[in-house]
Amino acid sequence: MADFNISKHNIVPKHEILTSDQKKEVLEKYGITLKQLPRITDKDPMVKLLEAKIEDVLKITRKSETAGESIYYRVVVKGK
Amino acid sequence: MIIDKIVFGIMDSQMIKKLSVANITKTDLYDQEGYPIEGGLMDPRLGVVDPGVRCRTCGGSIGDCQGHFGLLQLTRPIIHVHYAKIIFTLLKMFCRDCSRILVAEKDLESFKEKGLALKELAKSTKKKCPWCTKEVKKWKFVKPSSFQEGAKLLDATTVRSRLEKITNDDLEIINFKIRPENLILTILPVPPVTVRPSITLQSGERSEDDLTHKLVDIVRINERLKENIDLGAPEFIIEDLWELLQYHISTYFDNDITGVPPARHRSGRILKTISQRLKTKEGRFRGNLAGKRVNFCARTVTSPDPKINIDEVGVPLEIAKELTIPINVTENNIKSIQKNVLNGTNIWPGANYVIRPDGRRKKITDMTKEEIAKELTVGYIVERHIQNGDVSLFNRQPSLHRMSIMGHRIRIMPNKTMRLNLCVTTPYNADFDGDEMNLHIPQTLESQAETDILMAVPKNIRSPRFSGPIIGAVRDHLSGIYLITQDKNNFTRDKFVQLIRSVNTDIEIPNKSSITGKEIFSLFLPKDFSYEGKSKSGNKVIIENGKLIEGVIDKASIGAENGKLLDKLEKLYGPKITRDFLFDITRLAIEYTMWVGFSISISDQDISKEGKEKIKKTIEILRKEVDDLIEEYENGKIKLLPGRSMKDSLEVMIKRKLNKTLDDVENIMTKSLPESNTLTMAKSGARGDLINIVQTAAMVGQEMAMSGRMERGYHQRIFPHFKKNDISLESRGFVAHGFKDGLTPFEFFFDAMNSRESLMDKSLKTRHSGYMERRLVGAMQDMKVEYDGTIRDAINRIVQFTPGEDGLDPSRIERGGINVKRIADKLFK
Ligand SMILES: [Mg+2]
Ligand SMILES: [Zn+2]
Ligand SMILES: [Zn+2]
Repeated sequence: MADFNISKHNIVPKHEILTSDQKKEVLEKYGITLKQLPRITDKDPMVKLLEAKIEDVLKITRKSETAGESIYYRVVVKGK
Repeated sequence: MIIDKIVFGIMDSQMIKKLSVANITKTDLYDQEGYPIEGGLMDPRLGVVDPGVRCRTCGGSIGDCQGHFGLLQLTRPIIHVHYAKIIFTLLKMFCRDCSRILVAEKDLESFKEKGLALKELAKSTKKKCPWCTKEVKKWKFVKPSSFQEGAKLLDATTVRSRLEKITNDDLEIINFKIRPENLILTILPVPPVTVRPSITLQSGERSEDDLTHKLVDIVRINERLKENIDLGAPEFIIEDLWELLQYHISTYFDNDITGVPPARHRSGRILKTISQRLKTKEGRFRGNLAGKRVNFCARTVTSPDPKINIDEVGVPLEIAKELTIPINVTENNIKSIQKNVLNGTNIWPGANYVIRPDGRRKKITDMTKEEIAKELTVGYIVERHIQNGDVSLFNRQPSLHRMSIMGHRIRIMPNKTMRLNLCVTTPYNADFDGDEMNLHIPQTLESQAETDILMAVPKNIRSPRFSGPIIGAVRDHLSGIYLITQDKNNFTRDKFVQLIRSVNTDIEIPNKSSITGKEIFSLFLPKDFSYEGKSKSGNKVIIENGKLIEGVIDKASIGAENGKLLDKLEKLYGPKITRDFLFDITRLAIEYTMWVGFSISISDQDISKEGKEKIKKTIEILRKEVDDLIEEYENGKIKLLPGRSMKDSLEVMIKRKLNKTLDDVENIMTKSLPESNTLTMAKSGARGDLINIVQTAAMVGQEMAMSGRMERGYHQRIFPHFKKNDISLESRGFVAHGFKDGLTPFEFFFDAMNSRESLMDKSLKTRHSGYMERRLVGAMQDMKVEYDGTIRDAINRIVQFTPGEDGLDPSRIERGGINVKRIADKLFK
């Protein structure tokens, strides 16, 4: 199959890796540790595409009919 | 200490010994004086169940000491029934001679990689040992706990020694985390007496727990077996005793094994052993851990009361004397609280308990009430009876949505049922054919405030399911308001004053000699309320500045689940005003129906001769048309519909004709039906539909099963009375008669077929939604919206960063987009 960039697909929301500063900010904002964030496995196609490492935090910006944009954070974990 | 992880496994004999505080060897429980025997099953080292006695192991008294395990050394190994299947699979997987796994060396890696369940792995083992080339004998599992290899039954000792020989490396291959020989019991843990307390009857006789009875049997047979072995008794006697021990221990774990007669009490009652304590809805898990009994609650039959507000609940006086609320005595309330105490437990409003500042609870009795009232000072807590206006939670099962539990204000009433307003019948899905409901009394100020602010009925008028009012007028409310708001319905002064004042004593009565029903209705609307909508029949309803100008009020305006007027009122004026409007308007409607009288009769559905004739003709035309279609079909001349076969095309066309006929008949009916209360109910949305009237008075129409014309039954026909492949109307479930005229036997059967299908569908659907609710509750029960707006689970992990990922309350969403203009108008007015 030809090269296919899944991030260009219209139902795949925008994924970004947070810088360590941004990551700290998010954790502080919610008063949590990494373990309390929702997870995403390192086998996830978007994680592979972004070459995100374990313990990186992804910021996911989803389009929403009701909210316009909704922001979600997920931490990369070792998956099966 | 931080718990790093929890591993579930099986205790080995070492661990059981370590946990044990007593070795049980004696079959007797008590000596002649009635004291528990050391080494018996009620050994004082196993804990305390009698008040005043201290535990011999930890020194704690009743309540402090949770009890301690003992042990019973089994004379011979015993198979645990619940592990028998696993043991069997293991036996099959390993060589009986060299004890290696029956998988060739080269396949080991791939076997390990599979990561399958034990049962699946067992399927791919070899018939011949790849390590020592020994043939594998045929295995058979003999229920409930024996294993047959070839022709020989294995005893537990052999099984255990086989399992002992399995290497840890092989176990790792099949991902088996425990030593398999521990699946076979050599030591039986004896549970503490606290989990099997004995009760002393009034006669002074002791009655033992079922588990103790079972354990006594086990100890007795175990000792007998030992004696016999020591005496060198013949083999068959030993085998018999061993088997008996196996039976007792099996039934001790589970007294409901298929093929095993359940162990019984002397009285013939089946014993409740360990599995029976845990299993089922009433078991430890579902009955005591997942759901518990609570205090401060009541349950009775409910009945309707249109004269209490929609957020009230009528509570019988007898219940009010049992349910209490703790009140802190302060300087401000001490006088009134003293009155409660002086009334005692038997006169409402009284009080049942006081809690002294040192925390001691004291029951108020007729003897002590005066004394307690005198001693009362600030710092005391009095548990006083519930009174009018106290908040409560009212609930009807199945609790399928959040409106199944709502906050109601209490209103003490005579008689023995709990009363609720008919408007809240919809969210609870209640009727009064014997329905029972539960009442809970929040005990702390926090929970009372939460109930009032979050759960109260007015706050639940708007449903999050469809963002409209789920609480509204029903049944007679709708007939009544429909009749009042008819055009040209005039009331003379004496009539309208009486009508309005029977509902509301505050409303200003217009200074006129006669007013219309619409004007009466308008009196209850806010003065600046405007609304434009449609009635159920599709006509305009216009309200301008609190005046009903045009239209009739019915289900489409104020009905539960439908009322657009209520919707707007709630949106603009909030819960309290909507509640009072609804309360007033429904009483008004009921008052009016009682004035005019409202009863129905079979003759309401009599239709004129001409009407009947017309309907007959319409059906005749339908028959003709369908016959023509069938003829076309049989000659292959039928016009095909895109994407459909000949047969399907015919069916679709017949269905169209049927629908058209039904519409025609309905039209004829509307013209030829006399004005009646039955029709009023249908038109206002109180009960019944025009279709129901058509079905009773004129024609039932096509009976459907599995969303098509009838097709099932005999080979190529539904009854043997029809010709095969007859697809005419009559033989495929068309009912040309109405219920009032009576159905032919065939028609009747078709109707029964349809009814059965609907009944089954309904019962299956309720079962599914019930289970669905259980699963959702299980998955989400400890999810919580934190103050920072995040949704977190029980261990504070974030699930969502904003509720619903958009932060919108579904019950407050405006359907069809947000009306920016309306909000702007309101803001800049
Ligand atoms: Mg019922
Ligand atoms: Zn103890
Ligand atoms: Zn072998």
